[in-house]
Amino acid sequence: MTKIGLEIHCQLTNLESKLFCSCKANYREFKINENICPICMGLPGSLPRLNQEAVKKATIIAMALNCTTPEKIAFFRKNYFYPDLPKNFQITQLNIYGNTSVGGPGSIMVGDKKIRITRIQLEEDPGRLIYEGSSSKNQITLVDYNRAGTPLVEIVTEPDFENPKQVRDFLNILSDLLENLGVSDPSLEGAMRADANVSIQGGNKVEIKNIGSFHDLEKAVHFEITRQESLHSRDIQIVQETRHWDDRRKITISSRSKEEDLDYRYFLEGDIPWVSISDEIKDELKSKMPESISSKKERYVSKYNIPGQVADVLSSDKFYSDLFEESHTPENAKEIANIITTDLMGLVDTREKRRDSKFTATHLKDLAESIQSGKISRNSAKNALHEIVRTGKSLSQIMSELDLGNVSDESELSEVIQQIMSEEQQAVKEAKSNPKTINYLVGKVMQKTKGKADPAMTLNLLKNRLVSDD
Amino acid sequence: MNLRISALDYVQGVKNGNVSAEDFVASTLERISDIDERLHAFLSVNDDAVDQARSIDKKVKSGDKVGACFGMPISIKDNICIKNSKTTCASKMLENFIAPYDATVITKLRNQDAVFVGKVNLDEFAMGLSTEFSAFGPSKNPWNTEYVPGGSSGGSAVSVSAFECIASLGSDTGGSVRNPASFCSTVGYKPTYGLISRYGLISYANSIEQIGPLTRTVKDAAFMLNIIAGLDENDNTTVDSKNTDYLSGIDSGIEGKRIGIIKEMIGEGIDSRVLSATKDAISKLESLGAICEEVSLDMVKYSVAAYYTITATEAGSNLARYDNIRYGYDFTVEGYEFNSYISKARRNFGPEVKRRMMIGGFVPSAGHAGKYFLKALKVKSKLTKEVNEAFKRFDLLISPTVPILPFRIGEKIDDPISLFLVDINTVTANLTGKPAISVPFAIANGLPIGIQLMADSMNDKLLLQAAFALESTITLPEVPT
Repeated sequence: MTKIGLEIHCQLTNLESKLFCSCKANYREFKINENICPICMGLPGSLPRLNQEAVKKATIIAMALNCTTPEKIAFFRKNYFYPDLPKNFQITQLNIYGNTSVGGPGSIMVGDKKIRITRIQLEEDPGRLIYEGSSSKNQITLVDYNRAGTPLVEIVTEPDFENPKQVRDFLNILSDLLENLGVSDPSLEGAMRADANVSIQGGNKVEIKNIGSFHDLEKAVHFEITRQESLHSRDIQIVQETRHWDDRRKITISSRSKEEDLDYRYFLEGDIPWVSISDEIKDELKSKMPESISSKKERYVSKYNIPGQVADVLSSDKFYSDLFEESHTPENAKEIANIITTDLMGLVDTREKRRDSKFTATHLKDLAESIQSGKISRNSAKNALHEIVRTGKSLSQIMSELDLGNVSDESELSEVIQQIMSEEQQAVKEAKSNPKTINYLVGKVMQKTKGKADPAMTLNLLKNRLVSDD
Repeated sequence: MNLRISALDYVQGVKNGNVSAEDFVASTLERISDIDERLHAFLSVNDDAVDQARSIDKKVKSGDKVGACFGMPISIKDNICIKNSKTTCASKMLENFIAPYDATVITKLRNQDAVFVGKVNLDEFAMGLSTEFSAFGPSKNPWNTEYVPGGSSGGSAVSVSAFECIASLGSDTGGSVRNPASFCSTVGYKPTYGLISRYGLISYANSIEQIGPLTRTVKDAAFMLNIIAGLDENDNTTVDSKNTDYLSGIDSGIEGKRIGIIKEMIGEGIDSRVLSATKDAISKLESLGAICEEVSLDMVKYSVAAYYTITATEAGSNLARYDNIRYGYDFTVEGYEFNSYISKARRNFGPEVKRRMMIGGFVPSAGHAGKYFLKALKVKSKLTKEVNEAFKRFDLLISPTVPILPFRIGEKIDDPISLFLVDINTVTANLTGKPAISVPFAIANGLPIGIQLMADSMNDKLLLQAAFALESTITLPEVPT
C-alpha cells in the first residue's frame, strides 16, 4: 500500500510583525535586506522577543485541526549551519519532553477519509537564497534576510494518504481552513510550502523537499510513486533518502547533501521562558474563532435555501463568504449568492484583481435589490457589475450612464411588442396554438430592448395581446 | 583630584558642587593613560568622555534635572554592546564589530547620566577565569602585576580596583564577576537570574549568565542595581524588581539570620589562608548576631562538570553565528565556497573558545547527549532542589568565593582541568539562578581574598544587607599601585 505523509509550512501572513522582533511579517513589499533588525539578523547581543499574537494564532490552528493543546509550550534550538539562517540555529518546537509544541495529535476529515495530524509547531522562517550564474561552477548565492524570522506554523501529518488526489483534496481543505481562520493568506507566493514523504508497499520511505507550490506537490508525489513502482517492479531496492523536486524538469532527484545525517543538537531555548496557555486563554480563542467552513455551508443551505453546490463555493472562499455575510439579508440572500457565484467570481478570481477591484458590499445589496424588484435584468446586472468592479461608481449612476435600466413603462413596452408581433407573424400563429412557444417572442422583445425589458411584464403583455388578437 | 572615592561619595560631591564631573572624568582618563599600559584593563577608551562630563557639570550648575550617576565614570566589559562603539568580546572574530545598538543596561545608565570611560578586557567571549584568554593579551592584577586578576571580567575588576573608574559592569556565567572581584579586592555581585536584562550582552551560556556590577563598596553595588534592575521587553527572561530600593535599609544588620556554611566549599583543595579568612568571616558574622551552621550540598561535587557541559552546549550554539557571512574580519566581493565559510571563520577563535565549541558540538550530539548533556541537566535540577531545600533552613549561604589565592600569569594556562576547578564555589549560583556576591575580606601575601554570600532567588535585598554587614567588620588596605 502506498503511504504518503506531509509536512506543511504555513506562514502566519496576517500577523503584523515577525516571530521575535518588530520587523514586518509581510516582508514581500521590501527591497532586499531592508526588512531586518539586530534581532532577526542574529547580531551579537540580540535576544528573541516572542510575538504573543503568533502563539495565539498557532493555537487557533491547532484547535481547528482538533489537536490537543498543552498547558505550556516551549521553544527549542535546532542547530545547523546554512547561509539563510542568521543565527545558525532555528528557534522551533519539539516534543521530546512530552507535548510542548502548540498542537499535539489531531485529525481532519477529507471527504470520508480521516487524516491524522501528528503535531503542529511554531517556528521561524529562514531567509531566502537567490542563486545567480549559469553553471554550478560559477554560481553565486545571494542572501535576502527579509523573510528571516517570519512566523511559520509547521503541520505534520501521519502517512495517511494513499494517492496524490487525497493529498490535493487535503491541501485544498487545509488552505481554505487557514484562510477562513484569518491566520494566513495562502494565495501569497511562498506562504504555504510542503515536503512529502512517500513509500510504497515493501519499500523504504523517501522524503521529497524543495516543492515550491501545492500544484507541484501533487505532481511530485505522483512522480515519486511512479518512480518507486517502476524500481520495485524490476526488483531494485528503494533506498531511504531525501530527494529534491526539480521544478524545471518536473522530476525528483536524489540530493547528495548529507542533510539526513545532520545532528541538530536540539536543546531548550533558554532565551524564551515556557509560555503557559491557560484554559481561559483557550476559551477566549475558541470563542473568537471564526465559524467553520462546514458550519457556514450548512447555514447557507438550511437558512437561505441556497443550493448545496453554490453554498460550497461560497463558504470555502473567505473572500466570498465575508462578502456574502456583509451584504445579505434574509430577503436577498439567494440573489446575493447567485451574483457572487455566477457573475462576480469571474471578475475577481486573482489576488491582483481583488486588490484592484472597487466594488463594495453596498453595490451587491443594490444590485440584488434592483434585480428582485425588476429594475434591472440579470443580463444588464452582469454588465453593471463589470463596470462597478472597474470604476466603483454607484449602481444608479452606471445604470443611467450605460442606459441599463429595465423598460418597465407599459406603453413603451407595448410599442415594442406591437412591432415584434407584426414582424414575427408566423411565431404569433404558433404561440396562439401552442402557448409554450411564447418564449420565442419574449426573447425577441429582449433582443430588441437589449435585454432591458422587464421579463415578467413582457410576458404578461404578450399573453394579453395574443388573447385580444383573437 | 582624589579618585579613590565610592560611587555614592562621588554623587554627593557633584551634587554639592564639591566635585566637578569634568575634572573627575579627566583625571580618571589621565590615570588610565598613566597606568593602564601596565595593567591592560582597557581595550578601548571613550574619547568623548570629558565632553560628556562637562555637559553634566553645566546641567548641575544651571539647576537642570541630572540623572542619578552625575557623570560617574563607569567601565563596561567588552561583551556588552554600546552603540557606535567597538564591542570585541576580546576576540579576533569581533575585532572590528561596531554595535549598532545599546544594551538595555547601557540605555538605563545613559539615562541616569553615567559616562562610559571605556570598554574593558575579558577572556575571549567570557570563557575563562584569568583574562589570559583575551585575544588582546592578559590584564594584570593591580595588587601584583605578575598575577592574574581573575576572570572573565578581569578588566572590570582591575579598572575598579586600580581607580581607573568608579564602577564597572561585568557578566557572570560561572563566577566571572565574583572571581575577579575576589582576586582584585572589589565587590562583585551576580543578581538573581532575570533581575537584570541581558539584552545587548553577547551570549556565551544564556540560560545561566547575568550582567553584574563590580564596585568599591556593597552600597555602590546596590546603587547600581537600583538603576539597572527590572523588566525589559527586549529580554523575555527578565523578572519584575517591583521597583525595590536596594539601598534603603541596607544597614539593617543580620541579627538572627541563619547562615549555612557550605561544607563542600571549605574542604578538600582549599588554600589554608583562604580557609582561615573564611572562618574569620563566619565568626565576625556570628558576632553580629547571625547563626552559622554547616550544611552539606551533595551535588556540588558534580557542579563543575555539569557547568562545563551545559555552557559548552550553549556556547556551541550561541557562537555558531560567527560564520563571517553577515559581518566578519575579512571579506571579498566574490565571497567564498559555501562550506569553507565556517572553517575559515573558526580559525579566528582562540584556544579556549575552540575547546569549548568542540565540547559543545560533542556533548549534546545524538548518541552522546544521554551520557553528557542530559546528565548535566539532571545535576542542574537536582542541585537546584538541594539548594532550595537549604534555603528552607537558612537565609544565606556562605563560602569563600574562590578556594585559592590569585595565581601567577601563565601558571595554569596549559592545564584546563585545574583552571576549571577554580570555579567550584561560584558555579552553583549560576546553575540554580540564585543571587551571590563576593565581598573583599582579607589580604594574604599581598593578594586579596573574597568571601561569597548567596541568597534565595529574589532575596537580593537581604543578600546586599548581609554583604554590607560583613563589609563593615573589616578595613582593608588600598591597592598599592
